[in-house]
Formats: sequence, structure tokens, C-alpha cells
Amino acid sequence: MKKLLKGGRLIDPANGLDGDYDLLIDGDRVAAVGRDLPADGATVVTIPAGYLVCPGFIDMHVHLREPGQEHKETVATGTASAVAGGFTAVACMPNTTPVNDNANVTGLILAKAAAAGLARVYPIGAVSKGSAGSLLADIAELRQAGCVAITDDGHPVATAILMRRALEYASMFDMPVIEHCEDPTLKGDGVAHEGFHASRLGLRGIPGACEALGVERGVLLSELTGSAFHVAHMSARQSLRAVRKGKEAGVRVTCEVAPHHFTLTDESLGTPVPYDTNTKMNPPLREAADRDAMIEGLRDGSIDVIATDHAPHHLDEKRVEFDRAPFGIVGLETAVPLALDRLVHAGVVTLPRLVELMSVNPARILRVPGGSLKAGAVADVTIVAPDLGVNVEAAKLRSRSKNTPFDGWRLRGGVAGTIVGGRTVYVNETAPITNL
Amino acid sequence: MTTQELESGRQVTALRRKDLLGIEDLSSEEITLILDTAEAMKEIGSRPIKKVPALRGKTVVNLFFEPSTRTRTSFEIAEKRLSADTLNIAIASSSVVKGETLVDTALTLEAMSPDMIVLRHQSSGACHLLSRICKSAIINAGDGTHEHPTQALLDAFTIRERKKRLAGLKVAIVGDLLHSRVLRSNLHLLTKMGAETWVCAPPTLVPQEMRRFGVVVTSVVEDAVRDADVVMLLRIQLERMEGAYFSSLREYATVFGMTEERLKLAKPDVMIMHPGPMNRGVEISSEVADGPYSVILDQVANGVAVRMAVLYLLAGGAEHEEAA
Repeated sequence: MKKLLKGGRLIDPANGLDGDYDLLIDGDRVAAVGRDLPADGATVVTIPAGYLVCPGFIDMHVHLREPGQEHKETVATGTASAVAGGFTAVACMPNTTPVNDNANVTGLILAKAAAAGLARVYPIGAVSKGSAGSLLADIAELRQAGCVAITDDGHPVATAILMRRALEYASMFDMPVIEHCEDPTLKGDGVAHEGFHASRLGLRGIPGACEALGVERGVLLSELTGSAFHVAHMSARQSLRAVRKGKEAGVRVTCEVAPHHFTLTDESLGTPVPYDTNTKMNPPLREAADRDAMIEGLRDGSIDVIATDHAPHHLDEKRVEFDRAPFGIVGLETAVPLALDRLVHAGVVTLPRLVELMSVNPARILRVPGGSLKAGAVADVTIVAPDLGVNVEAAKLRSRSKNTPFDGWRLRGGVAGTIVGGRTVYVNETAPITNL
Repeated sequence: MTTQELESGRQVTALRRKDLLGIEDLSSEEITLILDTAEAMKEIGSRPIKKVPALRGKTVVNLFFEPSTRTRTSFEIAEKRLSADTLNIAIASSSVVKGETLVDTALTLEAMSPDMIVLRHQSSGACHLLSRICKSAIINAGDGTHEHPTQALLDAFTIRERKKRLAGLKVAIVGDLLHSRVLRSNLHLLTKMGAETWVCAPPTLVPQEMRRFGVVVTSVVEDAVRDADVVMLLRIQLERMEGAYFSSLREYATVFGMTEERLKLAKPDVMIMHPGPMNRGVEISSEVADGPYSVILDQVANGVAVRMAVLYLLAGGAEHEEAA
């Protein structure tokens, strides 16, 4: 079964391509990329002018909640959300119930993903048994079962010595350690960014330094061990400074930022809906100087990846007092529209740079297939409609949870279709493409 | 407004809002309206029969998730003086201990059609949450470390009663600023009404970016008190020592405690205020608390009048909306 994607603009930064190229898919692989490829028996998919054909987007930070928290999300609903958001692959965090610290849990997640048959799923294993911060998890076993990285996400790795050991140990499998950077004593029982708005609203604060301390620790230990260290969901300008400093010194540090952290600020805590629990996430929405620093980091290349930190929570869990609500928002279906609207159309990054942030770099950091449309590569493709008007409607999200602060937002740019392994797994009905 | 109009139960004027969630939302005109109305209410409290029919047939629920004596009692007396039917629900006797959420508790109450819910809750923003799901008017009786609007209103009423104005007065607020909802409501009120507001605490107990509230921040208590017209003390809680906010109550008292000696720096007719409950010998010495400058018991007395005014004006507001 062959498919020929004709028309549109093909952007493949990994291979230095950006222009009017056709893409021929044969089975689950890319067969050829070139100008005016002959149909030669393939189904011709006509991509409308102005649409983009990109290597599949990879979200390296999602919570699929299965096993154990299926009321929030399942692998099936989470991957349905992913492909609707233009992601052909997601890497899922180990803070499930039980924690993904052994091959059984990893195997279960992969089996569920195969059964769903939507996005590729790359499990991320725990650093420590039960993510409890004392004993190292069975990392070789996790690797063998299919994990691509390790983290104790949700919490920072408990101690510097455990982080050191994790970095050293993971390096024998070429796996990065992904860190939820935070000094737990400085976080305390904080629920919002420590600044004017938290002061005004009477919310306990979490300063940017809380995150930056974790980043500094990781950068130093990455330097000590020579192992790859990846900063999850970076939000504070002090953290970015630490990452830049590390990169300048040649440390193997990379970082990601979530769309809400380059879009929103702590002002959203009070408006339009005061104490909206969908503005509560960890790390918190920070002040404008931090948000602007994230945008600058995306512009100047210091930030490697856009990842959503997709964190589904049931309405019942969020419909409570602000300080009692769980941290986190869903992000898979709003990431591409926000990135296009806030970054590309605002002139912060070019489209090829966006493809690096959402496809090339996550594939490189996690060492997973994708990020390229070279002949022989996996046929994972995201088709982007960069000028499509998108109305975010929480109720219509594919995710089982609807906890988004972007309900009712109108954004410019969206996803037209998603192809995973040569199979069309999502078609946007508001931007139909014939034969896709 | 005249007391005749009150007696007749006729609504003469109203707050054009459903709830009182905080001082931050109020205009200076609304604050003045509440304070003016409270003057008429205070007169009712001095009569042999302290009751008017203004809220006859209205049901007011006092929903208290935190222990409170003075605020709850003050609201209850205010409600009774206005002839409302009142109901007190305290956390220990509610189904919350059985795991019910605040939203379900509110919806359950709401199903019985109360007109107003007076809410005291340990979480900042709890009143906003209720206001979004309830048709009843929500009155904030203190939410977390956010606001305690009726306290600030009664403070303003007490100051205005003595000083005949708020604008231009130097008001110094000394104590645990970080954890104080009284502070936040007072900041909004005092700055809206044109007072010169100073706040004073050890830097560990000062919220971030305090200056953006339009106040002067200092850790030198003498600077705060110097030439002050009003000195307001906030409670220092013993458990804050565990968070390393300060070293000991004794040291706090030495550096920040309000003594007669320190008070000499203030204006000769300075007023001493405290929202209560006091820690004698910590933030305030007994000599100051019981001394001639203290209006602490006036604050308590005025609380009833101010809360009557708020209840009355919000009830009128609801009718006004329906009529419109």
C-alpha cells in the first residue's frame, strides 16, 4: 500500500529540506522524497497549498495515567488525544499506580498502546523503586522492556547522590535522566508562583529559585558524570540561565518548555476566572519576565524541545478549592495551535525551527525513531495547517480529561492530519484532505 | 438613609453585586455606602429592642469551616437584628468530615434555597468557587490568607468614627503580613480610600512584591509607628516559629512588639487596633491593649453594625437585580 503526499510544503530540517517536495510512503516507511514524484500506483493525497508536511511530532512529556488512574486518562484516550494534536509519538511518565519501575508495567503500557494503534508510546521508567527516592529501579530491565529514559517525575530525584548514581547507571544504556527540577524544601506547600499575584490572592508561593536549584544540581552532576541530563517542563528564567551556562561549558544538558509556560503568566490565577484550578500546575505559571525568557530561549536556540506535560485530571479532582486541587493541565491537543499562534505567527521561531523543537530534537534526545523524512525512516508524518482558525473547546477534547485553561481560545494554526507508520490515524474534519 | 426607611423594610439603596468576595472588587463609592449604612445600623444596636424587619423571610447560612468565635457571633447577631432566619453550620457538625467536597456541601445547602451564605474557609478562593456555583449571595467571612472584607470594613468604620476621615491618615500595620487575610483586605481598603499605609514585619513574613499594593514596607517598627494616626497589630502565631519565620516570641516582642514606649513615636491621638485574637505580650503589650488609645473592643462592637450593613445592602442588591 503506497501513499504519495503531493503539494504543500515539506519541512524536514534533519535532512535540510524545506520546499515543494512530494513524500512517497510505502507501508510503514518513507520510500522517497523528491520533486514531482510519479504516482506509480500509489494513492495520491493532495496536500492543499500552504499546508506543511513534517516529520511526526513527538511529545516527550505526557502522563497517560494507565495503569491505575484510568478515570483521568488511558493509553487509548491519551494516544487519541495525541494524534488529534498532531503527535505521532509520546513518551509517558512513570508516575502511574503502580509506578513504572519494572518490566511488567512497561509491558502493560506497550500492550495497551499496540491495542490502541494510534500514536507510538515510549514509556519512561522510574529512577528509583516506587519513585520513592532511595533504591535504584531495575533500569536495565526497564530498558530491555522498552523504556527510553528514566525520571522520578512528579518529584525531583530525592538526593544528589541518587541523581549521580542514576546518571552514571543510565549512561550504560545511553538513556537520559529526565528531571522534575525542584528543591522540595523551597517548594514547601506552595501552590502558585511566588510573586505579586500569589501575594494578592493569598496563595502560597513557589519561587523560580526552587526550580533553578534542581537545574543547577543536575547540570553539575551531568558534568561530573558525563551523562545526559534533560530538564523537564522548564519555567523559570533562572533555570534557563543555568541551562545556558551548562551548555556553554559543554555539559550534556537539554531542556524542554511547555506551551502554557510560553503562553500564560501568573496573572491568569486571578483572571478571567479567579482561582481557576486549571491555572494550577507544577511548575507554576510564572511572571511575565519568566514567560518572556522562555520565548527568548526558544528564539535563540537554548531551549531544545516543546513538550506538553499533558497532565489529565478528572473534573471532580479539579472542582475543589485551589490549594486542594492537583497540579496539571492537559496539553496534547492545544500544543500545536499555541506554538503556531504564539511562536510562529508572532515571529519568534521559523517553521523549520518549530519542527526541530517538536520532532527532530525529542527524537534525538530520546534516541527514538522519527524526526526525519529520509527514505527508510518511519512514515510518521504530521500535516499542519498553519493558518487554520482553531477554536479550543474543552468539552470536545479527545482526552478523557478536560482540564485546560485554554477553553474558548481562538488560535491561528492547527493540525490537518496525522500519519503513524504509514497509517492515517487522524483527519481534522475542519481541514479535510482528500484521500488522506 | 434614614432609620424610618429601615423600619419599613423598604430598600433604599443597594450594592449592585451578588456577592461580597473581597475589598479588591469594591469601588471607593461602594465602601463609603457600606460605611454610611453601618452608621444607621449602629443606631439600631443602641435601642432597647434591637431588631428591624429588613431581612424578614430571608435565610442566611453561616458556613464556617474554621473555628471562629468573634466573626461568626458577630454575623449571627447582625443577621438576627435584621430579622433574618439564620443557620449555623460548623465543620465538626457537617458532612465534610465524611469526605464531602465543598462544592457538594454548597449544592446541598443551595437546594434548600438560602438567600445568603456567609463563608469562612481555610482555602484562599473558596468564596469565589462558591460564588460560581451558588445563586445565593456569598459573603466572605475570611478565606485562607486572601481576604476578610468585613474585618477591613469594620476597621475603616472604627477609624472613620474617630478620625472623621480615612484619606491622608497614616496607618501602620505591624505583624504577620504573609499569613494575614486581614492585611490584604485592609491594604485594598486603605489605599482605595486614600490613606497612607505602612506595613511592618520581619522580611520572612512579608509577601512578595508588597510595594505593588501601593504601601510602604519596612522592617523598622519605629519608622512605621512614627507619626502614625492608626497602629494596627496582627496576630503572631506560635507555629510560625517552626517555619523559621522568626526565632522566638520573646525576640519578636523585643523587636516588633507594640509597647507604650514605642507608641510615643505615634501621633498623640493614635488609635490602636487589633483584629483579634490577641497574643498579649507578643505583638501587643497589655498596657497598650487595655490603654487609652486602644479601640479594640470598639472594633468588635462595630463589627455587628458593618455586617448588618453588608447583609442589608446585598439583600437589596439581589432584589434590585430581579426588578431590573
